[in-house]
Amino acid sequence: MSTAPSAPPSPEPDSSLRLAVALDGAGWHPAAWREPVARPRDLLTAGYWTDLVTEAERGLLDFVTIEDALGLQSSHFTEPDGRTDQVRGRLDAVLIAARVAPLTSRIGLLPTVVVTHTEPFHISKAIATLDYVSTGRAGVRVQVSARRNEAAHFGRRTLPSFRPEDLESPAVQELTLDLFDEAADYVEAVRRLWDSWEDDAEIRDVATGRFVDRDKLHYIDFESRHFSVKGPSITPRPPQGQPPVGALAHGTVTGAPFRLLGRSADLGFVTPHDTGQARATVAAVRAEQEAAGRAGEPLRLFADLVVFLDDDPAAAAARKERLDGLAGYPYTSDARIFTGTASQLADLLQEFGEAGLTGFRLRPAVAGHDLPAITRGLVPELQHRGVFRQAYEADTLRGLLGLQRPAGRYATDGALAGAATAAAADAVATA
Amino acid sequence: MSKPRKQIHLAAHFPGVNNTTVWSDPAAGSHIEFSSFAHFARTAERAKFDFLFLAEGLRLREQGGKIYDLDVVGRPDTFTVLSALAAVTEHLGLTGTINSTFNEPYEVARQFASLDHLSDGRAAWNVVTSWDAFTGENFRRGGFLPKEERYSRAREFLATANELFDSWHGDEIAADQETGTFLRDAQAGAFVHRGQHFDIEGRFNVPRSPQGRPVIFQAGDSEEGREFAAAGADAIFSRYATLKEGQAFYADVKGRLARHGRTPDQLLILPAATFVLGDTDAEAEELAREVRRQQVSGATALKHLEFVWNRDLSAYDPDGPLPDIDPDLGEHTLARGRAQVRMYRDPLATAREWRELAAANKWSIRDLVIETGSRQAFVGSAATVADTIDAFVQADASDGFILVPHITPGGLDVFADTVVPLLQERGVFRTEYEGTTLRDHLGLAQPPSGAAAAGSAAGDARAAS
Ligand SMILES: Cc1cc2nc3c(=O)[nH]c(=O)nc-3n(C[C@H](O)[C@H](O)[C@H](O)COP(=O)(O)O)c2cc1C
Repeated sequence: MSTAPSAPPSPEPDSSLRLAVALDGAGWHPAAWREPVARPRDLLTAGYWTDLVTEAERGLLDFVTIEDALGLQSSHFTEPDGRTDQVRGRLDAVLIAARVAPLTSRIGLLPTVVVTHTEPFHISKAIATLDYVSTGRAGVRVQVSARRNEAAHFGRRTLPSFRPEDLESPAVQELTLDLFDEAADYVEAVRRLWDSWEDDAEIRDVATGRFVDRDKLHYIDFESRHFSVKGPSITPRPPQGQPPVGALAHGTVTGAPFRLLGRSADLGFVTPHDTGQARATVAAVRAEQEAAGRAGEPLRLFADLVVFLDDDPAAAAARKERLDGLAGYPYTSDARIFTGTASQLADLLQEFGEAGLTGFRLRPAVAGHDLPAITRGLVPELQHRGVFRQAYEADTLRGLLGLQRPAGRYATDGALAGAATAAAADAVATA
Repeated sequence: MSKPRKQIHLAAHFPGVNNTTVWSDPAAGSHIEFSSFAHFARTAERAKFDFLFLAEGLRLREQGGKIYDLDVVGRPDTFTVLSALAAVTEHLGLTGTINSTFNEPYEVARQFASLDHLSDGRAAWNVVTSWDAFTGENFRRGGFLPKEERYSRAREFLATANELFDSWHGDEIAADQETGTFLRDAQAGAFVHRGQHFDIEGRFNVPRSPQGRPVIFQAGDSEEGREFAAAGADAIFSRYATLKEGQAFYADVKGRLARHGRTPDQLLILPAATFVLGDTDAEAEELAREVRRQQVSGATALKHLEFVWNRDLSAYDPDGPLPDIDPDLGEHTLARGRAQVRMYRDPLATAREWRELAAANKWSIRDLVIETGSRQAFVGSAATVADTIDAFVQADASDGFILVPHITPGGLDVFADTVVPLLQERGVFRTEYEGTTLRDHLGLAQPPSGAAAAGSAAGDARAAS
């Protein structure tokens, strides 16, 4: 198994570029809320989120992700910061996605859920229900939390205190491995719950008086170190069968985040800063995928970029500088920060795209400015270049991403896809 | 001296997982597609109802070790569907049943505060307390809670959630773009709760919502359940929709309030109620009989008898006589995941009584279950039903009703079109929403915030300990 092939082992079937946006409060720059377009008093209203997501839909984007956390935002890596000059406070991302779903019709909706302190049973039915209320446009972005203060909100476990520079210490590495292993188990339990109802379990057989065929409802009997779940779900199999599961992953010493993508994800969000890194990242994730026995399965990789978009490159750079001044420090990010024009960004995306990426998840630095710049500037530019859709070509998220609707793993009348999924699941469970 | 006429509160309970819901009717639609929920909610809002209600069960029911397959099976996630319904309604309250045993206060408080923001103040929480290991098998902690502790955890859960709701007073967000002050208070949302069930601290991350706290419902019926409601709930969802039982429950629960320093108007009593409407009373009676036969098939009748007999009765003929063997008095595990089971506290006496009833009336098993178990609360023409509901409320059998139609999702339409206008004509039910929040609809005061809230949170904490 080659670790750095010049071409990705499973080329994506569709050359057209896919585009998503990551929504977070007033935008990703900590001073974004101070821009005149920012609407900082509306961040907790349905109207604000509806406006953002309908704008993204107007731009024919594949999906939006909605950031979330079980603690207050912080400028510090793992600890609260006590600041009063940045946006603090947010709403539950799954509820935001559900609130917006009936008011949109094509765009995919991926709320973030923290898998470290929540219940796979609850999250499984919440995302299945999001799939019902959006008629097939739900996905989920799973996230682990290593923050001590967030653990204290639940009081069920204590996590050690650490700083970014401790990341490579054995204790923190062990913690990371453990949290990501738990996340993989969590995703597996969620996926089994989605499959725990066969698609045709509801029979409404008046002759025998049976509403369901109970032979098509399955106990999942999932056991792991951290939890066990009996099943079946209380919610029937969602419209997409399996709503796409995504995760953000960085290349760390332990390799745990890439391994999570390889084992568990349909969508991976990665943070290469140049084409070389993009190639290496794709190869590393593909290697994990192969190691997990999922080599043949689709795993769509999106590169994250923070974007400041203006008609004039100098204006974009100046805007970042001005916001940095307001924040009191230069904004840095795990993802590459882009300042420039739509056309320059289009060049960069096309260049990155050659590294085997499926598409991009753009993080608007200022939601009220950079999101419309994406939908009204970048998108037409990409369309003009013939690499982005002119109209939505599917009405489910899986459809947009070119992903088949999988057969349920417990399905009795032997679809091959079902058998393959089950085999992969066993591989994951025993990995 | 006559009392002023009470205003009636009405709510809509989405038909669900029970044998009230007739799925075999050609008019029965999906109980899971969002279009069904949207239709039902829009009907309720068109009729100016106070709120929509969702029940919850966190494990598929079983009987005799097998998943129960005769009733509707399957339901959506409560928070997710209520938040989506907030997008297709404007005034309707959104009440979700959420368990205090298989959840954590920080997460539930976050979800309710979010729902309250996203619905502009229409969220309510029906706190239920299922503790059983059967349901617990779906959760991280398993069936960890001894039955005696379910209300102690529920009380502390609610008190803790209230501390979190009150951890923001409502004036912290300055969002001053000029000066760069987003938060006026660096400690907004700070909380510490040390108790028997929860030992948590930190910062709550949802700022104060339009209603401050969601409206609190309680649905327990035991002594403990009634005390829990009297101490801290805004409304009770009860099972007594007949005049006599309703009055007894009403008097009992309202009588408990003074001891908790509360007045009778601070707790609304809203029984679940079914209905069947016809053009005439006779037609409605006829229809109701048909509905009962649809609700209780032969197979359903046998299963119902098994709750009491605690034995497999599948060999019996539902159109034949009752079993002459006695109920099994061993541990009651035949039917799992349903509330009715606990209703029969003395199975031998119930069996004896039922046999006598059946013999005297020449009832088959199915007749007996239909006659004893599934009478609709309100049957008649629209005028009769409007009269009866009004009379019950004026006679303090309740403050209104949570109506459960037997058809999804259109079962409420006829009530909205025929009974509601009559209640409006009588001046006992609103013709327009007067306020915007659910608290407004229910006539409940806004909970105090700021310094006052700190005091009341301390009070809640004392009540919890
Ligand atoms: C009218 C009514 C409706 C109820 N609905 C639910 C429900 O939807 N979900 C649930 O878990 N429990 C439900 N319960 C159960 C109660 O919350 C409580 O757990 C149960 O009644 C046992 O408590 P008790 O001993 O105080 O009655 C309901 C109870 C009543 C009386």
